[in-house]
Formats: sequence, structure tokens, C-alpha cells
Amino acid sequence: MKFAIALFAAPHQPASRRALRFAQATLAGGHEIVRLFFYQDGVHSASSNVVSPQDELDLPREWREFVTANGLDSVLCIAAALRRGVLNAEEAQRYARSAANLEAPWELSGLGQLHEAAQQADRLVCFGGQ
Amino acid sequence: MSKSLLIISRQAPWSGPGAREALDIALAGGAFDLPIGMLFLDDGVFQLSAGQQPGQLQQKNLGANLQALPMFGVEELYASQRSLSERGLGDSELNLAVQRLDDSELTALLERYDQVITL
Repeated sequence: MKFAIALFAAPHQPASRRALRFAQATLAGGHEIVRLFFYQDGVHSASSNVVSPQDELDLPREWREFVTANGLDSVLCIAAALRRGVLNAEEAQRYARSAANLEAPWELSGLGQLHEAAQQADRLVCFGGQ
Repeated sequence: MSKSLLIISRQAPWSGPGAREALDIALAGGAFDLPIGMLFLDDGVFQLSAGQQPGQLQQKNLGANLQALPMFGVEELYASQRSLSERGLGDSELNLAVQRLDDSELTALLERYDQVITL
């Protein structure tokens, strides 16, 4: 089965961990993830500037390793990311900001990517909605 | 045949970017000619309250953006009558033409859509 997975919650909220575990289980079960889409506070889970205490789960790192290892299509809504200060080098330059905190494997794109993924998938599964 | 998507908007317009970000999903879907519906539920019905003055909070008027929904082809617009009544808006004129649904109609509405996003 093809899954599109959307995450709306920040990395320190339980929904982000649940989304990651669900995504891992999806692949482990032999299913396909057509796209991960991070929206609202979910964009913080892709930030490379999150520093987790040493004895705590480092969710942004786990997300990055999971996405990279599996070559997943993973997209952040660009408007949501800019509003929350999650910028890649290109956007940092465009808006004359002093730092970038988003790198590969993450991409910045529009909400059309969420709709496209939802159309392609058999199931759209959302985490961290209100 | 495109899958239909219902967006359930549950945030008041003054409680953060949630209401606007729910609307943006609907508008983006409309721009792609997808079958999109939008339901205002719980505090989300405050978005429909007429005569708001968000400028006093240095905020933009979300009500003006809601008017774009029909222009983007999103014409299936609903609000929970219970949510409206609980917030003193049961008999109020709203700033958007929505169908008011009772609880049993909400159940039927959720059944009709292939996918649901709640924000």
C-alpha cells in the first residue's frame, strides 16, 4: 500500500515520534511512502539546529537518518518553514538571514506537494493535527 | 478520478497561524481543481464571525481570505451548528456562505470524503 504521511507537530511533541515510528513500520511492513510532508510546527523536526540533551531521544536526527537511509521524498511547506525560521542556504541568502538550518535530504516546496502526495497515495495519514 | 479531501478547521483566527494554514491547504487544493470541502468546527467557527477587527491585534483579516474559497472553486463549505450555538453564534449572520450541519449530518459528511485533514 502507498502512504502519504503528514506531520503538523513540533519535534518535542509526542506526535512527531509517533509519525516517525509509523513511517518506520510502514517500510518495515513492505509498504511504500510516496512522500513525507511537514507542515505547521512539523517543520521544526527537519531543523539541523535542534540540540537534544544527550540522554534524550534526538528526533530530528532520527528523522534525518531515516529519510536519508531510505531515500524518501521529504518536503517542508516553504511558507510554514520561512515563518518559523527554518531556512535552507538558498532561502537564507534570498532573505539576507545570517544562518541556514535546513539541509539535504529535506526540500522546501509548496502545498501542492501535499495534495499531489495525497492523490498518489492509498492512504493519507496525519500526525499532530488539532 | 481525484480523491476528495475534507479540511476540518478547528482553530480560532486569533489563536496562531493554524486557521490560516488550514485555509491555505484548501486554497492550494482548489487551485489544482481538486474536490475540496471545508468544515469549520469547534473554535474554528470563530473564523466565520462577522465584523472582527484583527487590525487591533496587528493581525491580517482572515475573513477577507475566506472569501477567496469560492473563487478557488472550493464551494463545499460547512459549519457545525452545535459549535456555532455553543459560542453564541447560533443565530448570527456569518461572513461566509456555509451550510450549517447538525451532528448527524457531520457524520454523513465525514463519510462522504476520501481523506480528512484536521488542523
